[in-house]
Amino acid sequence: MTTLVSLAPPRRLVSLTIDGKGIEAPEGSTILEACRTQGTEIPTLCYLETLHPVNVCRVCVVEVEGSRVLVPSCSRRVEPGMVVKTQSERVVHSRKMVLEFLASSVDLSTTPEVARWLGEYAARPDRYGPPAPPAAAGARDGLEPGHHDPVEPGFRATVAQPTKIDNELYLRDYGKCILCYKCVEACGTDHQNTFALTVAGRGFDARISTEFAVELPRSACVYCGNCIAVCPTGALMFKSEYDHRAAGTWDESRQTVTQTICPYCGVGCNLELHVQDNEIVKVTSPLDHDVTEGNLCIKGRFGWQFVQNRASEERPQGG
Amino acid sequence: MDLHLLDAAPTPAERAAIDAFLGPPKDGWTGGAREPQDAHTAAGGHHSRSQRHLLLPALLAVQRRVGWISAGSLMYLCQRLTIPPADAYGVATFYALLPTAPRPPRVVHVCDDIGCRVRGAEAVCAELERTVGPAHHPPTGTSHELPAIGSGWIRSPCLGLCEEAPAALLTQAGATPVERLFGNATAGRIAAVLAGNDSTADQTRAPIPQAGDPDLLLLRRVDRIDPTDLDAYRAHGGYQALRLALDLGPDGVIREIADSKLAGRGGAAFPTGRKWDAVAKQPVRPHYVVCNADESEPGTFKDRVIMEKDPYSVVEAMTVAGFATGSEQGFIYLRGEYPLARTRLQHAIDQATSRGLLGDNIMSRPVRFTIEIRVGAGAYICGEETAIFNSIEGFRGEPRNKPPFPVQIGLFGKPTVVNNVETLVNVLEVLRLGGPQYAAIGTAGSTGTRLFCLSGHVARPGVYEVPSGTTLRRLLELAGGVAGGRALKAVLLGGAAGGFVRADEIDLPLSFEATRAAGATLGSGVVMVFDDTTDFADILRRIAAFFRDESCGQCVPCRVGTVRQEEALHRLQAHRPIGGTAAELALLDEIGLAMKDASICGLGQTAYSAVESAIKRLKLFDGVAPR
Ligand SMILES: Cc1cc2nc3c(=O)[nH]c(=O)nc-3n(C[C@H](O)[C@H](O)[C@H](O)COP(=O)(O)O)c2cc1C
Ligand code: SF4
Ligand code: SF4
Ligand code: SF4
Ligand code: FES
Ligand code: FES
Repeated sequence: MTTLVSLAPPRRLVSLTIDGKGIEAPEGSTILEACRTQGTEIPTLCYLETLHPVNVCRVCVVEVEGSRVLVPSCSRRVEPGMVVKTQSERVVHSRKMVLEFLASSVDLSTTPEVARWLGEYAARPDRYGPPAPPAAAGARDGLEPGHHDPVEPGFRATVAQPTKIDNELYLRDYGKCILCYKCVEACGTDHQNTFALTVAGRGFDARISTEFAVELPRSACVYCGNCIAVCPTGALMFKSEYDHRAAGTWDESRQTVTQTICPYCGVGCNLELHVQDNEIVKVTSPLDHDVTEGNLCIKGRFGWQFVQNRASEERPQGG
Repeated sequence: MDLHLLDAAPTPAERAAIDAFLGPPKDGWTGGAREPQDAHTAAGGHHSRSQRHLLLPALLAVQRRVGWISAGSLMYLCQRLTIPPADAYGVATFYALLPTAPRPPRVVHVCDDIGCRVRGAEAVCAELERTVGPAHHPPTGTSHELPAIGSGWIRSPCLGLCEEAPAALLTQAGATPVERLFGNATAGRIAAVLAGNDSTADQTRAPIPQAGDPDLLLLRRVDRIDPTDLDAYRAHGGYQALRLALDLGPDGVIREIADSKLAGRGGAAFPTGRKWDAVAKQPVRPHYVVCNADESEPGTFKDRVIMEKDPYSVVEAMTVAGFATGSEQGFIYLRGEYPLARTRLQHAIDQATSRGLLGDNIMSRPVRFTIEIRVGAGAYICGEETAIFNSIEGFRGEPRNKPPFPVQIGLFGKPTVVNNVETLVNVLEVLRLGGPQYAAIGTAGSTGTRLFCLSGHVARPGVYEVPSGTTLRRLLELAGGVAGGRALKAVLLGGAAGGFVRADEIDLPLSFEATRAAGATLGSGVVMVFDDTTDFADILRRIAAFFRDESCGQCVPCRVGTVRQEEALHRLQAHRPIGGTAAELALLDEIGLAMKDASICGLGQTAYSAVESAIKRLKLFDGVAPR
């Protein structure tokens, strides 16, 4: 990996206390950044370096002296003299509950790290009763804000629903969606400016949607897959990965990642080809690239089938 | 911007409704006929972005014309305003009054919230189910067939007419749309309204219980003068405060407000003088004034009474706020369920404008201020001071993260004063009496008088004005005590976001400091009375359902916490606790603490407070044997 060198003028340093230790952090940095530089781990879900912080998941909350409520470390900037606690009883409780709330309502089976956090914070998502039956296909898309019909007492509401498979490139399994807003940001002003995705509905019925929940091919989606790249839960997934998982053949330990450059156009985006058993199973791009920030277009993201076109090997030399 | 639109065209009525609001389209890019020269121009950029704030009023125009937001109307609207369709869909689906599936043109929204519940709302709904049919449900899936019948009813959260409970709201779409908020809504009357036999034509409201009392300050004109008559308003002290303000100058006004120690009446009790000063001092221009008239806290109706019965006072007070804070544009964000208030306020704005009391050169001085009403569409959260900005700007009404605060970065990113209707009207009294004299009313920590909304099991429900610090007992006496002479069980102070106090606590003085010390809150002035026949488990579940329904859904603690809270209360109510009652109460406490501590905004932060007070103060579930 290359090391990035900042060309910005040096920033003034701010002194603050984190978990009883006096530290200095560049002015304008977030509490999260300050914590990470000094090695304090804070879980995050809706935060990503390349997107504007929406601070909605609240798993990163910390206690700041003088603040009535906990603050999201991913977006709150450091201030001189700030006294921050990242492991107080209140912090631990809220993180545990946020994790429990998510795990009791969303399928987190493909969200990295979360299983470890659930253990660390002793979250018990099963204590809310058995899950209510999953919604029928499209049912959650039609929910209107306002009055709702409660679930049978004793059961817990979830967002479980059938996977939306409406094209050959990627699919949307919103039973796994934690509503982190990342895909909406990536599709909108933060990256792609296509605006195919939105948050629709309100409260627990809120969901990621296209206009009138139409299938992707009818929507504005251009299949850049930049939403897949930022989705932290696997709710958005390459069809190739999904098929492997369905067949029980997905195995990351057997995968290699090959760095290369997209051959299609002069932008020259960096590609990471994830290869399992000599087959490209998905494509990513490095987030820390300061031009493309992990983004690709449909060609770089999905247009790699030709690499595997075995027929070409049979072509005569020089043909 | 290159919009990708669904292949759906508006009906002539939808197109007409949109064009009537936005004017005819200018070119092929924005929905007009395609002309060859369109190929040489581009639409987009700053111009189209600057129109985004027209989205919500335009959606409401469609809603009023046809009763729902179809794909055809949304696509045309997106084309007109250059908004991506998914984005606009996200906005429409945020609001309860903007269905995106067919709904009959004539709908009665029947309040089943706590204030109406204890006055027979469930019986009304049950009878409607029997006589009219089940409440309207959106068609499932993507079938968008038009409803076969022309009318239907749905359940609604508090409509802000609790003193005339049970309350209902008629919305009738059409070329001449009708919207009416009416009280004493029996099933028979609602059925008649649904059948088109409109018996609600006169929107007369009962007079306030204290009408004519010479001690009233804020309410002194209410029910004494014609609310449409500007001359009557002036003859009863109207526009004296603005004249005084213009003489005092902005700094002088802010000094009087600071001296008066006026604190906000919208719930958070923030010192008004400090807020105004902070905005006045911001070098960035323009500044804005937003009057928060979203009044959707269950049990709150005081702002409605002022707006319906003394609308000029709101207009005058906003003008003072604009002058003092260096703002030339004010917005009244009015909840969509208040049609009469809208009519009255608009009339007052028009009259004031035509008489030189709004516009350029107010009172012949070089002072400029205009007021625009922005109507909400059924979302309690839009009363949160930053959600208001998003709603006015044409985005989903999701609260913003603070800091930055509205006084720094508010509406359209500019310094903004947000004040509650009652707070603003107090400003007139501050100027009339003088700051220090105003501060002498009430208590040292809570100056002035306060409006309280008495509802529930009380003999004479309505808005009451008393000096801050008046005891709850005195207030209940004024309102004639518990209805039917029954025994008092509890009082809900401050609304769903407030808390219950017990019958033996009614000597509590109603001041910020005394309620705070007692672990209660005045909130938005709700005083809802419950007698000993009340089914509190039912009331609590309705409160929990309210928060679940009204959560914007942004943050996890509130989005899921409000659901888990409602489920736990449902289990307790159904006598099917998981692990026993004590375990459920402990779980509720854990859920509540996380909502309070980790939610983004006041909705999540207070979603447990009424429930908590019922458990800990009323000891509601003590001695409930698990079954
Ligand atoms: C969920 C929520 C809803 C609110 N609704 C209202 C409202 O309808 N009217 C209001 O004046 N304040 C409401 N508030 C309080 C406002 O955020 C804000 O504090 C108030 O408008 C400030 O005005 P004031 O200082 O004059 O009280 C609400 C707050 C929250 C968290
Ligand atoms: S689909 Fe993925 S990226 Fe989008 S909101 Fe859900 S979890 Fe986040
Ligand atoms: S991903 Fe798209 S933009 Fe990037 S180099 Fe390949 S073709 Fe060009
Ligand atoms: S607390 Fe509730 S209403 Fe407020 S931002 Fe969070 S989800 Fe939205
Ligand atoms: S990571 Fe900070 S709120 Fe989600
Ligand atoms: S109008 Fe029904 S509770 Fe307020």
